[in-house]
Amino acid sequence: MRKIGIHEIEDIALGAALLGAGGGGDPYVGKLVAIGAVKECGPVTLLDPSEVPDDALVVPIAMMGAPTVLGEKAIGGDEYKTLYDTVSTFYGKPIYAFMPIEAGGVNSMLPIAAAARLGLPLVDCDGMGRAFPELQMVTFTIGGGSATPMALVDEKGNSCIFRTVTNKWTEELARSVTMACGGSVSVSLYAMEGKFMKEYGVHGIVSRSERLGSAIRKVKEVTDTTPEEAFLSITEGFRLFKGKIADVLREVRGGFNFGKVVLDGIGDYKGQQAFVEFQNENLTANVNGELLATTPDLICLVDTETFTPVPTDALKYGKRVMVIGLKCFPLWRTEEGLNLVGPRYFGVDTDYIPLEERCKGGNGHV
Amino acid sequence: MYKLGIDVGGTNTDAVLIDENLNVIASVKQHTSENIYDGILDAVRAVLSESGVDRAEIGQAMLGTTQCTNAIVERKNLAPIGILRIGAPASRGIPPMVDWAEDLQAIAVKTAVVGGGFEYDGKEIAPFDRAAAKAFFGELKAEGIMSVAISCVFSTVRSDHEMEAAKLCREIMGDDVHVSVSSEIGSMGLIERENATILNAALYKVARSFTEGFAQSLVDEGITNAEVYLSQNDGTLMTMEYARRYPILTIACGPTNSIRGASYLSAQKNAVVIDVGGTTTDLGVIQNGFPRESGVAVTIGGVRTNFRMPDVVSIGLGGGSIVREKEDGTVTVGPDSVGYRITEKALVFGGDTCTATDIAVRLGMTDLGDKSLVAHLDEAFAKKAMDAIRALCEDSIDAMKVSSEDVDVILVGGGSIVLPEDLAGAKSVTKHAHGGVANAIGSAISKVSGTYEQLIDYNETPREEALAKARAEAIELAVAAGAIRKTVEIIDAEDVPLQYYPGNTARVKIKAAGDLK
Repeated sequence: MRKIGIHEIEDIALGAALLGAGGGGDPYVGKLVAIGAVKECGPVTLLDPSEVPDDALVVPIAMMGAPTVLGEKAIGGDEYKTLYDTVSTFYGKPIYAFMPIEAGGVNSMLPIAAAARLGLPLVDCDGMGRAFPELQMVTFTIGGGSATPMALVDEKGNSCIFRTVTNKWTEELARSVTMACGGSVSVSLYAMEGKFMKEYGVHGIVSRSERLGSAIRKVKEVTDTTPEEAFLSITEGFRLFKGKIADVLREVRGGFNFGKVVLDGIGDYKGQQAFVEFQNENLTANVNGELLATTPDLICLVDTETFTPVPTDALKYGKRVMVIGLKCFPLWRTEEGLNLVGPRYFGVDTDYIPLEERCKGGNGHV
Repeated sequence: MYKLGIDVGGTNTDAVLIDENLNVIASVKQHTSENIYDGILDAVRAVLSESGVDRAEIGQAMLGTTQCTNAIVERKNLAPIGILRIGAPASRGIPPMVDWAEDLQAIAVKTAVVGGGFEYDGKEIAPFDRAAAKAFFGELKAEGIMSVAISCVFSTVRSDHEMEAAKLCREIMGDDVHVSVSSEIGSMGLIERENATILNAALYKVARSFTEGFAQSLVDEGITNAEVYLSQNDGTLMTMEYARRYPILTIACGPTNSIRGASYLSAQKNAVVIDVGGTTTDLGVIQNGFPRESGVAVTIGGVRTNFRMPDVVSIGLGGGSIVREKEDGTVTVGPDSVGYRITEKALVFGGDTCTATDIAVRLGMTDLGDKSLVAHLDEAFAKKAMDAIRALCEDSIDAMKVSSEDVDVILVGGGSIVLPEDLAGAKSVTKHAHGGVANAIGSAISKVSGTYEQLIDYNETPREEALAKARAEAIELAVAAGAIRKTVEIIDAEDVPLQYYPGNTARVKIKAAGDLK
């Protein structure tokens, strides 16, 4: 158990941008929501999963809708109280703690605001260890958990709770409600008991975000080694490539951003070529015709000077980036995990081979 | 009739005199003085004596100034303000200025978030809470506040709540109070737009002092027949009265002026412009005669904003950049510089520091100071330094491009003598004799604009007809502001449909600009 305040939030947001693996949305507005809540209500208690009783009700918090709408309307502040009332009434017991459902991007921040405003603890755990584009892409699905009953509330005080027959119906209904409420709503989903969270959740992910963010912020201060080596060592990242963006191809299909970024090598990689394909998040990294990493391992692009993460919507010709790979949560590497988020689910015709094996003896190195 | 263009930068104050046919008659460069009016006066006197022009014949005077940026960065002369945000129950989770530095937060004496605002489609989130706004303005009045920033959720879609609040504010606090309204300053993204509006409100005293100061210094110098304007950061001019209302629009007018001045001198409408100063080099892009705007959030003095800014990249390379040889034989240039002390520090001026300028003189690229003082420099060393300069430049040109195709490059600024004229990625490289004062020229040739904005119901007026009418209105406004009719062009057009507004309504905004008479 420890407290997280404004300083920690800054680092967690920066780490969350990295764990977004190119997607997840800019954590900036989410960060302001979290800072606003902590300034008003005080720091948040962060619990290790082991500190949560087995029968306690733990509720993940997120937002649904368009990031541009969130950027205008932000959060009213009372949404989390409405969510609390809706969900605890539904289950007939109090909520013990909130947690993030995804550690990457804007959704990493909102549970901190919820916890601050309700005076409840936040659990150091999520359901992805990164960001993913679809509702069912959480480790809890492997354990048989369900997104519903899912509660949606807006800043005006409207609320509803869904019980649906399939995830597709959940998406459909949630989308309609979101649009009717003005394009962005606060939601709780995959409500679960402590025991289930401990068994299937990604433990320690909030602390990991914070460590990553702090490492990026302080990377220029290292003296015993180069900033790049220090960055790779703290993130436990595999350097896959360094290059200049030579081309960015984009396409919007079915509400997702598909695309590919082509890189011309610089420095040690001069004369070499690489490309990274993405669907909201980065899916594959291909260096000189060889696959070096695929989903569900994290493929992240960072600025070669500052090591700040470069999301897919900020890719721009001429930018210098380093491509790194981070190992995903082990549960994603099981058969059930790969069925949900493996390369074939995203239409990439290849078997999943762990990042560290693909990089062995090849181009990448730790 | 002559035009007088002045640009006050961090290091230099430049002045140019241009005739009716936009030919440069005279130009001067002076150090920016502590009291900027002395610097302006010195520059004006120098350019007048150099040209011999009768001061009564100066019909227009344009000033580009960095004072607003300096005021924010140095936290100087900022006014105490009140902040009203309309949007509750939305947006309350992020109070105004939540992530600002504490010393800058202190400018806000009182803040309120009241009911109102809109959804993305123009539907009301809540009715505008007039009573709460009225009470808030009453409190501000009692505190003696003279400047107010007003923002509203989705005011970029519909500004009526903001406008109603601004009217109410004047009714209660009096016509002398300065009111900044977010929809007139920023774009989508409430927090960034509100931040820019708050800064604008806090700058009102600075704006009043520099507009009055500039006008006064011209009168003191006997220039009494001139219309006086200030440069905006989109390459158009504003009147003194407008500048007092929107001082923040002067921020980054320096790079804009230099980009437009470069475009004018080289007669190119599409190019990468490299402005080399004493310490830094700014790279920008001219697109159809206007600077390309930045697509990302811009930070001013640590505050994130989203109002329009030219897309400019700065690198630590200039005429005064210090050149060093490392133990392993590699040669580095900058990012530190001797700055304005170049005339005492550089080798060619008898100093003891090897600068980029010394390298250019050693390699015979320019003739400056005493070239015998650099004859002892090893040619291989000089060439290595020039390679480093070239690499810095070529990398930055590449970063400004949107594709791998070669682009035209224009070199301007006092330090441009240190750049080679054959650069990878450049289709052509142009330099001009007056390139050293491109920014003051850009200021002098700035256009005047008119903006037409209206909610239009396309069921009543068909879209094509409505847009044609809006374009015509914008052109009339530009002409009324002093533009020559045949030079007026539409430079910006927006047409945003408001789904839930009665009928088939869209918000239409058209900006037209032309040459000043």
